[in-house]
Amino acid sequence: MSELTRLTAAELAQKIHSREVSAVEAAQAHLDRIAAVDERVHAFLHVGAEAALASAALVDESLDADTPPASPLAGVPLALKDVLTTTDMPTTVGSRILEGWRPPYDATVTAKLRAAGVTILGKTNMDEFAMGSSTEYSAYGPTHNPWNLDRIPGGSGGGSAAALAAFEAPLAIGTDTGGSIRQPAAMTGTVGVKPTYGGVSRYGLVACASSLDQAGPCARTVLDAALLHEVIAGHDPLDSTSIDAPVPAVVEAARRGAEGDLHGLRVGVVRELTGEGYQAGVQENFDAALRELEKLGAEVVEVSAPHFQYGLAAYYLILPSEVSSNLARFDAMRYGLRVDKGASAEEVMAATREAGFGPEVKRRIILGTYALSSGYYDAYYGQAQKVRTLISRDFAAAFEQADVLVSPTAPTTAFPIGDKVDDPLAMYLNDLATIPTNLAGTTAMSVPSGVAAEDGLPTGLQIMAPALGEAVMYRVGAAYEAARDAADGSPFATRIPEVKR
Amino acid sequence: MSAPTLVDFDDVVDRYDPVLGLEVHVELSTNTKMFCGCPTTFGAEPNTQVCPTCLGLPGSLPVVNRAAVEAAIRIGLALNCDIAPWGRFARKNYFYPDMPKNFQTSQYDEPIAVNGHLDVTLEDGTVVRVGIERAHMEEDTGKSLHVGGATGRIHGAEYSLLDYNRAGVPLIEIVTKMIPDTGARAPEVARAYVTALRDLIRSLGVSDVRMDQGSMRCDVNLSLSPKGSGILGTRSETKNVNSLRSVERAVRYEMTRHAGVLDAGEKVVQETRHFQEDTATTRSGRIKETSEDYRYFPEPDLVPIAPSPEWVEELRGTLPELPWERRARIQQEWQLSDAEQRDLVNAGALDLVAATVEAGAPSGEARSWWVSYLAQQANTRGVALDELPITPAQVARVIELVSSGELNNKLARQVVDGVLAGEGEPDEVVAGRGLAVVSDDGALIAAVDEALAAQPDVAEKIRGGKVAAAGAIVGAVMKATRGQADAKRVRELIIERCGG
Repeated sequence: MSELTRLTAAELAQKIHSREVSAVEAAQAHLDRIAAVDERVHAFLHVGAEAALASAALVDESLDADTPPASPLAGVPLALKDVLTTTDMPTTVGSRILEGWRPPYDATVTAKLRAAGVTILGKTNMDEFAMGSSTEYSAYGPTHNPWNLDRIPGGSGGGSAAALAAFEAPLAIGTDTGGSIRQPAAMTGTVGVKPTYGGVSRYGLVACASSLDQAGPCARTVLDAALLHEVIAGHDPLDSTSIDAPVPAVVEAARRGAEGDLHGLRVGVVRELTGEGYQAGVQENFDAALRELEKLGAEVVEVSAPHFQYGLAAYYLILPSEVSSNLARFDAMRYGLRVDKGASAEEVMAATREAGFGPEVKRRIILGTYALSSGYYDAYYGQAQKVRTLISRDFAAAFEQADVLVSPTAPTTAFPIGDKVDDPLAMYLNDLATIPTNLAGTTAMSVPSGVAAEDGLPTGLQIMAPALGEAVMYRVGAAYEAARDAADGSPFATRIPEVKR
Repeated sequence: MSAPTLVDFDDVVDRYDPVLGLEVHVELSTNTKMFCGCPTTFGAEPNTQVCPTCLGLPGSLPVVNRAAVEAAIRIGLALNCDIAPWGRFARKNYFYPDMPKNFQTSQYDEPIAVNGHLDVTLEDGTVVRVGIERAHMEEDTGKSLHVGGATGRIHGAEYSLLDYNRAGVPLIEIVTKMIPDTGARAPEVARAYVTALRDLIRSLGVSDVRMDQGSMRCDVNLSLSPKGSGILGTRSETKNVNSLRSVERAVRYEMTRHAGVLDAGEKVVQETRHFQEDTATTRSGRIKETSEDYRYFPEPDLVPIAPSPEWVEELRGTLPELPWERRARIQQEWQLSDAEQRDLVNAGALDLVAATVEAGAPSGEARSWWVSYLAQQANTRGVALDELPITPAQVARVIELVSSGELNNKLARQVVDGVLAGEGEPDEVVAGRGLAVVSDDGALIAAVDEALAAQPDVAEKIRGGKVAAAGAIVGAVMKATRGQADAKRVRELIIERCGG
């Protein structure tokens, strides 16, 4: 393996911008790595080698001409979740129904990455339409966890997380509707951030649930995530729900946090998100993380969020409702799969949707159609929205008592592939701790908190902050990361095993 | 399906009370669509005015067009509605190929304008107050063209073509409250309401309101209730009503059809019907086995619309003189009796006369031209007054030529004929047809002398002081000059030549 693939994005960018390494060499090293291991990991659905090298060459040319780099990440390779539109690569959303679809427009996130000179290596695997917690619901086969190829990498963004853990890319983009960035980060020992709702444009993000979806940065270190965060965030007039406010200064916050002082900061432990139901190693690592935070000077307090227990139920009404409407457009009339069975448009639509959608997507469309039906709306969707309000209030009350809240990101480590695919409820429970943040529209991140003693698999510490409170969250994340690495004697990424043959 | 039994209209209103409801869709003439930046020009090549958003491509998002919200608020204010301080769009979910997202972004239970009214004047001057339930914003669908079938309908078609240019064009839907107690006048009230609404929206300048082009569309809801019972009947909803005349005819037909059903002891089916222009009847649409469940829910891709009171007041300040205000002002300024005013309105001449006056003509002459000579011309041609190929400015110019003495009334009518025949501006017709009044005394004196010589007895009477006898000579001169002489001047010359 080339040493270039072991570097952090910040380190690689420094080498590229100082002309020690060319952007093309950096891209090639990662493309070689993908060629070497992705057959086993299956993080990518599409690799755009030519476009990646061409984009990297432009960065080199620009640097040759002594033009300052377009961004701190110019020339650094990245893996893009296949849910964001790209004009030069297919966008399938992990679904048969969009197999081979080449969008005529770039998502705002894609456009920002291009403008920043980031090298987009390809599109990563995901649960179909971002519905799932294991990437097993991809129509194109599961992604394997680089820590243990028999395990799931989390989901829906398992491809992006696995690409990081397999050193196929130092940066990735994920999207998080109920934990699809954070839970895979926890499962793969990487860093994943769900920004404040409206912090990153959703234009060109193929919708799962519009009121919950949010794209965010994935990386192997908190600083790298921060650098990527600043590239993709910001107001977009094409997205009405995008926030017209300055992007929080997360890079500065991450650098400050790495200095390791958290005196005066209150860290709230959410009582409802610990204890029973959490795997022993997950709980142990969480408790150890709390001790680290205390050592850094933070005051650890317990807070209660009594309505979080209803979060999962509310989520599984709101999300399917929006899904049932958002996915209605896949009707074979304009793009994507078309099954020409039957004489009428209606029959063609039905046959196409029957063939094009997988079981989990169908399950949620049916759930959502039912929940929105006349006579059931108030009992289901209406009630769920009330729970949503109560959860927001719980957060507001908790943030009175603490600057950030913490919990384990997921209740377990990565489970074996095939373990829960036939038990949707068990699968849903994996997102218990991540869902409240999406319902409230606030921000949260997952930072590796070690490996579980019983299975040697990574665990994640979730750090939650108020809306637009990313700076304090990155500060705490970076402080914890630095302390953990200091205690381990090396960066966490060095503990990731080599992908087995 | 057998032809429905129809009941004589007079018989219907003897025994039943019609209850009307009208839903009017108005396409706004904003430069861009409701939720994206695509142009809205009518008649462009299919699928040339589209983008990811109005095609509903995966990942695309809507952004509300502020100009459309502004137009909606102005319409709401002009209809005396309350403007909602906060409201969300909703999704109306149903599958249809010409609807790109398979849901329509509309307003459901939080419309922008509610609870207003529009006063409608009938032909005899009766004013009916029509309650406005709501006005809300939504987006239009694309258009389907069914090819290969005999009727242009989807059934029997070989294939269908889809044009998404119209998809996402902003629409305002204006819904009346139930209009009761109109009796035999229900058809007239319906027509008068749609006419008044059209004039109102036109005066706001927010839509072309062309029923023939579909920029104004009307659905007629009608039910009958046994006379005096107060029990509401089942309603039918008639679509495809594409002209003012059709509105009237659709109401009339549905009244006679409903009565037929009820008289037979059957139940009126709650259904959508389509108006047939050629036969002035309605035809049942697809009978749905289940009632449509649109699964409305708040549109999560858009933030709520929250017009500030300041903005609403600012928009109130931009309302132009509304049609009824203008009518009241004109009646007063021109000192018209109620009857004269009504004739003017009923003839569809009021705006034309007003425009002619604005172009410089005195109101009396302007009125006279439009309600007599031009009205006759329109009648002969079988077109509406405002469809005549002559502008108020051209009429004003003709009036000016008469008052300056360059034309007399007879010549003026010939000039108007020339304009209507496409011969150009009034001055061009005067020149082209050689119609100027002859005011050259030399030529007139010769004609006068000739006429006096031809009728010596009349000449003698004039010389004897019987000035009234000059009329016969004037007539002869006018005839000789083919009407181009200034009659007043001719009379003066006759008396002069007779030593007067």
